[in-house]
Amino acid sequence: MNAVTPVGAPRHPEHARLYRYDAIDRAFLQERIAEFRGQVQRRIDGALTEDEFKPLRLMNGLYLQLHAYMLRVAIPYGLLSSTQMRQLGMIARRWDRGFGHFTTRQNIQFNWTKLEDVCAMLEALADVDMHAIQTSGNCIRNVTTDEYAGAACDEVVDPRIYAEILRQWSTLHPEFTWLPRKFKIAVTGSPQDRVAAQVHDIGVLAKRDAGGAVGFEVWVGGGLGRTPLLGTKIRDWVPEADFLRFMEAVLRVYNALGQRENIYRARIKILVRDMGAEFAGAVEREFAAIPRDPYALDPAIVAAIAAHFAAPPFAALADEPATYVRARRENAEFAAWTRNALRPHRAPGYASVTISLKPIGGIPGDASADQMEALADLAERYSFGEIRVTHSQNLVLAHVRQEDLFTLWQALGPLGLATPNIGLVSDIIACPGMDYCALATARSIPVAQRISERFARLDRQLEIGELNLNISGCINACGHHHVGHIGILGVDKRGEEVYQITLGGNQGNDASIGELIGPAFSYDAVVDAVETLLRTYVDRRDPGERFVDTYRRLGAVPFREALYAPA
Amino acid sequence: MSSPAKLRPATAPVVFTGNFLSDGRVAWLAGDGTWSPRIAEARVFPAEAAARVPQDPRVVGPYAVEVDLAAGLPTPRRFRERLRVTGPSVVAEPALRLALAS
Amino acid sequence: MPLLENGGLVADPWVAVAPDAPIPDAPAIIGHDRALAEAEALAGRNTPLGVTLPNDVPPETLLPILDRLSLVVLDLPKFRDGRAFTQARTLRERHGFRGEIRAAGHVIPDQYAALLRCGVTTVAVPEGTDPTVWDAARRVVSIAYQPRLDPTAPLAGLRRRLELA
Ligand code: SF4
Repeated sequence: MNAVTPVGAPRHPEHARLYRYDAIDRAFLQERIAEFRGQVQRRIDGALTEDEFKPLRLMNGLYLQLHAYMLRVAIPYGLLSSTQMRQLGMIARRWDRGFGHFTTRQNIQFNWTKLEDVCAMLEALADVDMHAIQTSGNCIRNVTTDEYAGAACDEVVDPRIYAEILRQWSTLHPEFTWLPRKFKIAVTGSPQDRVAAQVHDIGVLAKRDAGGAVGFEVWVGGGLGRTPLLGTKIRDWVPEADFLRFMEAVLRVYNALGQRENIYRARIKILVRDMGAEFAGAVEREFAAIPRDPYALDPAIVAAIAAHFAAPPFAALADEPATYVRARRENAEFAAWTRNALRPHRAPGYASVTISLKPIGGIPGDASADQMEALADLAERYSFGEIRVTHSQNLVLAHVRQEDLFTLWQALGPLGLATPNIGLVSDIIACPGMDYCALATARSIPVAQRISERFARLDRQLEIGELNLNISGCINACGHHHVGHIGILGVDKRGEEVYQITLGGNQGNDASIGELIGPAFSYDAVVDAVETLLRTYVDRRDPGERFVDTYRRLGAVPFREALYAPA
Repeated sequence: MSSPAKLRPATAPVVFTGNFLSDGRVAWLAGDGTWSPRIAEARVFPAEAAARVPQDPRVVGPYAVEVDLAAGLPTPRRFRERLRVTGPSVVAEPALRLALAS
Repeated sequence: MPLLENGGLVADPWVAVAPDAPIPDAPAIIGHDRALAEAEALAGRNTPLGVTLPNDVPPETLLPILDRLSLVVLDLPKFRDGRAFTQARTLRERHGFRGEIRAAGHVIPDQYAALLRCGVTTVAVPEGTDPTVWDAARRVVSIAYQPRLDPTAPLAGLRRRLELA
């Protein structure tokens, strides 16, 4: 079917920090592709029914959507080398329509895939040590982590190390491939939770004890979807050596006891909710029964994996170099961009740059092949050849010299990648919705586009300030609408698209699930409704309050009255 | 599979649709019993036929879609199915989008 | 029903016994509840005994009789229902069960390797099964990020890297 690809190492930039495959990892990928090729062939021959093939293709990231197959490619904990980004651009151009869609799970999706092309696409991915394994299906999905890992000032433990350990441990795990439902794990290593740990099946907070030893706080049973729930903390401290043993215990309790009859009750969150405190007890009993030594995480393995994520060679620089200060003073647009695109970096003289994939009126999270290739070049020039994908569907260059920021910004502008809206109202999270997704009940992209156009003016966005506006096209909540300060959920009402609005959602350490404010709005009215909400907030807020703070202080009433007041 | 979750008995004429196994593109059952990428070639059946969904190994997840007939041409009643006819309602290709915006 | 072992079809010497039928003096499979209820009477039996274990019954239930069992049959009512994987592994790893573990029900070749790695030894397959498909499926991915089945410690974490070292 396809020529055999020589199993050679891709040339990642020398200082790009990602887990570097060895010959065994590469051989594994080739075997997995061979397995999938056989499965595709058996499907085409009729040996596999669609019912049997579906979970097999899903486990390899292949969906059948409204207009075509969609291939979801794993970006392990959102981390890409420039070499990989360039290859994604090549794939977009060759097998898709010249673009890809970055998702809230830090993955990328190709919307126009053909079944007959999939194995060739997988070969092209394997050429750069990438794959689509476990990006769907009722198994342990791509682990997510903090997009500022290795750069954030407040980081206590590098979460990439443990995310990679989890990736290896969960890859084709023989026991946990046929779970009741999908299973998502997020890892953070900062006290400031940037991974929404409380809305994952397992949220892991890596921390240190007084002696500096690494351990993990474990939250279980959070999730969005039809029954949004925040996770429950079931352990305050799992020592590093017991990390995998504890994960195994949680997964085994879930695999044995999780509901399987009703898809809407099959996630671990329902089991955790229904069992209450008994769930943690069951996990602890299972944990105690698993033999300790064979499951102990060897410090040598941790050290070997940690070596992949060693700090790149930062230059000895000072913060606020004169050129950067002057550029900000002389160029108001650049200054505006720096105000929300940058995050402080632990190395003096550096900054982490968030690149907006939310141009005004664009499709949130989409990037063209040209943009991907240009970004790969920029990452090589300015950030050690490393790119991260954020759960808010943007990209990050984690380690940029402050003295390079102005030239970087100038290069981003013509690419359509310098929209100064990170964290503002037009930085909308939106799932593909009914424009692509077979499960959708309504469109989400055009709603995002219209809101973004309504608030196109930067001064208006800045006046409103920090805001998370999240949109999902069905109750599966891939657009994380429940944890948006303003959440929009598209539903079908007798064949018509209508949009429910939830308010007061939030993620992070003070996570909360948004509350439904009232009856749904039509496709035409929903943008006005958002404007009314924001006007009400701006009128009623105390200084320094975000939308969600004002909502928490005032409650739903003033917002509801503004929305549903008789005209 | 791409059939919508809720199915109630059809009350209008129907056409049959699914996705081609080989490339996932939208397929419509044509008058000659083959599957066509064009709804204009779809054969229209009376509502009573909706439950008898024809199977074909080359087509995944076939199901019936209610249609209105205008000038003899079927138009799906549900918005979802009209999107499957027209493709995404948003301009997908970024290059095109940028060109339109400027 | 044909039986698959080590990637090939083998004869099945076992007979399944109905709940109220007498247990013959031949390798016999009975329900786990019956085996537990009649444990005393069965204690003197010299012919091999096997039980079926439904997938919502924890393997611990079998502990009182486990050392007298030669076979445990696990059920996959639908192939997507993966509880048997955990049951098999628990039987092997925690309870040191050394007899045959058989997967029955709706099993597809693509699950074969994982079943073996969790401690299953045989699969009851439908008439007309082509064993070469199963054999190919169990071999196609030879590398595991967790260790291969080893009766003493089937699935400890990340052994691939240990083997590499
Ligand atoms: S939320 Fe629903 S419509 Fe949106 S991508 Fe997920 S499944 Fe599809």
